[in-house]
This record gives sequence, structure tokens and C-alpha cells, in this order.
Amino acid sequence: MDRFRMIFQYFQSNSESVMNGICGLLALASVKMYTSFDFSCPCLPQYNMAYGLGIMFVPPIILFLCGLILNRQSLVMLEEWRRPPGRRRKDLAVIRYMCSSILQRAMVAPVVWIIVTLLDGKCLTCAFSGSMDPQKFVGFANVSTVQVQQLLAKVPCKDDELMRNNTSRKAVSRYLRCWSQALGWSTLLILIIAAFLARWLRPCLNQATLLQARHWSSYIDIEQKIFEETCCEHSRLFAHKCILHFFESMQQEIKLHSLPREGEGAEGGEDLLQGITNQDQVNKLLKTWYYEKPPLDVS
Amino acid sequence: MDKFRMIFQFFQSNQESFMNGICGIMALASTQMYSAFDFNCPCLPHYNLAYGLGILLVPPFILFLLGFVLNNNISMLAEEWRRPQGQRGKDPAVLRYMFCSMAQRAMIAPAVWVSVTLLDGKCITCAFCTSVPVETLGNASHPRLSQGETERVLAQIPCKEIYSGQQLIANEVAVRYLRCISQALGWCFVLLMTTLAFLVRSLRPCFSQAAFLKSRYWSHYIDIERKLFDETCAEHARSFAKVCIQQFFEGMSTDLVAARCHQPRKAPADAEEAAEKLLGITDQGTMNMALKSWHRCKPPLHLHPPALPTGNSWAGEGQPPMHPSAPRKETAVYYSWV
Repeated sequence: MDRFRMIFQYFQSNSESVMNGICGLLALASVKMYTSFDFSCPCLPQYNMAYGLGIMFVPPIILFLCGLILNRQSLVMLEEWRRPPGRRRKDLAVIRYMCSSILQRAMVAPVVWIIVTLLDGKCLTCAFSGSMDPQKFVGFANVSTVQVQQLLAKVPCKDDELMRNNTSRKAVSRYLRCWSQALGWSTLLILIIAAFLARWLRPCLNQATLLQARHWSSYIDIEQKIFEETCCEHSRLFAHKCILHFFESMQQEIKLHSLPREGEGAEGGEDLLQGITNQDQVNKLLKTWYYEKPPLDVS
Repeated sequence: MDKFRMIFQFFQSNQESFMNGICGIMALASTQMYSAFDFNCPCLPHYNLAYGLGILLVPPFILFLLGFVLNNNISMLAEEWRRPQGQRGKDPAVLRYMFCSMAQRAMIAPAVWVSVTLLDGKCITCAFCTSVPVETLGNASHPRLSQGETERVLAQIPCKEIYSGQQLIANEVAVRYLRCISQALGWCFVLLMTTLAFLVRSLRPCFSQAAFLKSRYWSHYIDIERKLFDETCAEHARSFAKVCIQQFFEGMSTDLVAARCHQPRKAPADAEEAAEKLLGITDQGTMNMALKSWHRCKPPLHLHPPALPTGNSWAGEGQPPMHPSAPRKETAVYYSWV
């Protein structure tokens, strides 16, 4: 429990750490989603490519949108972009900085999905088995065109009766998986080189502007949080006063309608009860609270 | 619990320890990645070498660059390298120290991948199966095949289920031979890396130890200074925001008092304190106006001294809007010693 709280506090302390944590969680979730998803290629000539490419590209779009939704900073950025200038000019460099940091974090989970898909190989094998050249593989070389398309489309399905022990099927499958893995590793290499160059070269260009943009973007975030806290504090006090006024007005109403009973000496102890001391009064108070809420005015 | 917290704090306290932690995690991740990766040799003559060597060399390069990317010091190094001289001289020895320490840490995960790959043997078997010495290991009585045909048959060695050259050379013999070579290479690689590490660690104090201590100190200093500057800026932003919001509410309530046609009732002393906490906003209409004004017309980033009763009209154009990147200098004092 303590350990969890400590990790939680570490991430909460800094808004950027929270976002990095969410980004990492989404990446892990995307790997877990892929491993638990039951990929099932249709093995029919027209459907294979649509299914294979669909599984490769649609979940990344969903993960990207999730990354944008879960990031609190995207709302802050949108608000800063759309607000009227008023007495505070807008700085486009700050908005650009916030936008680029949001997009970078949102891109991690989709990229992880695509790379895991390529390294696993099932999607590409399913999508492109029908596009292979049958002449390259011994078992498919002397078959009629229509039938070869059917056979090639069945390559991803190991359990099909026609294909179960077919060595040419294994050769095609191996060939496609090899290409898929090569593509996966190349994509990963290109992305890492791009990330490395971005991290290395960014301080060389416009470092002063970058520091300013970073400072003011974190200022906007802090200011928004403090404004919300101030409003929360204010609404708590406002509610307190409003309710006190309500109880006082009920107390006065009860005093007007009822005969003076016990002496005023017992008032010190009854202050907390606000003059409402029996069941009928309490019921009246509750009914009034529901039917006639007091106005929002404590002046 | 305490032990975990202690370990956590130990790693956090020092950037170098933190980087050591990341380095260890990456080494573990690299073994995990290798065992999760489904090695799939194409078993075709020209593809085998490319695939095998690709799997042996490309992921280590990726892991090496990833080691740099995950290291926060890289942007610090680039910044220190490119900054204008100003009033503080630059020491290339410090830059070299930072770069060397980053490169050493980034080398560990790739070395682990290469060792695990060689010791496992699948990559070398796939890449070099066409170079197996058939004359010495194979069946001498088998009729000779053409070069292309031999290559095609040998390329199928890693794929037992489609191997068609059992008469030419037994699959187990070839695989055993290739795995033996691969494992020997693997152990030699591990021995070489460990010897290098040992030499670097034990010989370094023999050369320019004083200069080394100096570089290490100043590189830690640059790291700590950057962190403290970021923390100070964050603290300053927090105080700035608090005062800005307070003055926004004060400005609003001053305008309201000025706009009312009648004198407000004289309230008792303790109610005044409550009214102050309520920031002068005591009804729904005023609160709605405050929220609307917060969005439509944010206050300028310019704090005025609290004693002066300013006539800032939140609805009017009293003050020219200030450029947001000009905080007041007297609200924060930075010490710098070169």
C-alpha cells in the first residue's frame, strides 16, 4: 500500500511525469492487447488484404485517439488556443511546444502496436499471401491461375486440410514472415535514429526560445490548477455561508411561529442545533431544503 | 516497504545511479526481447545471410541508440556543447567525460544481445549454413550437385521440416557444427568484453586521476545546477500564478464596489474576514461573471504591488496587454557564481 502510494506520489508530483506514466501504460496495454487478440485470417482471396491491413492500422488510430483523450494537457492547449486575447497576448511558440509534446506522447502506443505486429508477422502474411509470385515456389508453379489464387489465400491457415503438410505453404509463410520482420526492425531503427537526432540536435537550435516556451507552458498548466483550487475553496466557503443563512432563516421562522418555551439561558449549548430541536422542525427544515432551496446570494 | 523506499530514493538521488538502473533494466529487456522474438530463418540461399546478420547486428544498434535517447544527460551534453561562452568558460574535458560515461552505459544492452544471440546459435546457423564444409562433414559417396543446387539444399539446414539434403549431409551434423562455432564465438565475445571492462576500470586511475576527478565533479555540478534551476522556475511560476489569480479576484471585487450605486452595508468585523475569504464574490451572478471573464479576458502577466489601489477595469482597456515573456525581476533573485 505504502509502496503504491509512493510511486503514485512520485508520478503526481510532476505533470510531465504523469503524462510519461500514462504514455508508458498505454504502450504496455497495446502489447497486452495484441497478445490477447485472437488473430484469425479469413483465408479468402478478397478478404485477406482488408483484414490484415485493417488489423495493422485501425487499432493504432484508436490508440492514438486514446492517447490524446487521456492527456490533460490537450484540453489546456485547446483552451489556450481558442481563448480571446483579452489583456494577455497569445504566444504561438508556447502553443506549438504544447502541441508537439502532446503528439509525441500520443504516438508511442500506436507505433508500439505497428512494430509488434510487423515483428510477429501474422498480419503481413495474411495480407500479402495472395500477392506472391507462384513461380518462385515449387508446389504452386504448375497450377491454374484461379486455383493458385485460392491456394495462396489459404497459406496463412495452417489447419486447412489442403495445406496442412504442404511444404510450399511453409516456404511462402516463412518468406513473408522474414520480410515482415525485416520491415519491423527497419522501421524501429529509423524511428530510433529520428528520436536520437531530435534529442541531440534540439538544444543546438533555438535553445533560448525552447526554454521560454517550456516555462510558460508549465506556467499555464500550474495557473489553471491553482485557479481550480481557488474556485473549489471559494465554493466550499460559499456553500457554508449559504447553508448557515438558510438555517438562520429557518430558526427565525420557527421562533415567529412557536411560543417562547425554555429560557434563553440554555442557548449557549443549543447554538450548534441552530434552534431546531425536535422532529417536526427537522422535517420542516428538510422539506424546505428540497422544495425551496435558498438563493445563491450571501451578501 | 522501507527497503523498497530506500532503494528507490538511492536511485533517484543521483542521476548516475538512476542511469545505472535504466541500463540494468534495458539489459534485462534485451534478453526478454530475444526470447520473445520468434526467429524465423527464410531458408533461401541469398536471404539467409542477410536475415541472420541483420538479427545479430540491427537490434544491438537500436538498443545502443535507445540507451542514448533514454539518457537525460544527452540534451544536457548538447546544451553545454552549444551554449555561448558568456561569463563561464567551457571545459572540453567535462564534455568528454559526460560523453564517455553515456557511451559506456549505452553499450551494455547491445553487448548482452550479441552474447545471447551467439550463445543461442540460431543466427549463426541461419547465416552461415551455406558455408558448411560438405567435403569434410558430408557424405562423400553422394553424387556431386551443381553449385546452385548445393546452395539451395544447404540453405534449408535450419528448417528441419523442409530439409531435402539428408543424403548429402546429415542435418544434425551440420547444425551441431554451426552451433559449436557460434557458441565458441559467443564465449570469446563475452571474455573480450569483460577483459576490456576490467582493463578500463583498473588502468584508468593510473592516468590523470586528478583531471578525472575534476571532470566528474563538474559534470555532476552541471546536472545538479540544471535540476535546481528547473525547480526554482517551477516554484516561481507557482507563486506568480497565486498572486496573479489573487489580484484578478481583487480587481473584480473592486470594480463591483465601484459599480454599485448604493453604499454597501457596514458589516461586523468577523463577517468582513469571511467576506475577504470569499474574495468579494457573494452571489451567483458575480461568480458567473468572474468565470466568464477568466476565459474571455485573462489578466495580463504583470503583477502590480498589492498596496496600491489600482483602478484596473476588467471590462475596459485600461492597461496595454503585456508580452507574456516578461516576468517582474524583483520577485525572484537568482544567485550565480562562476
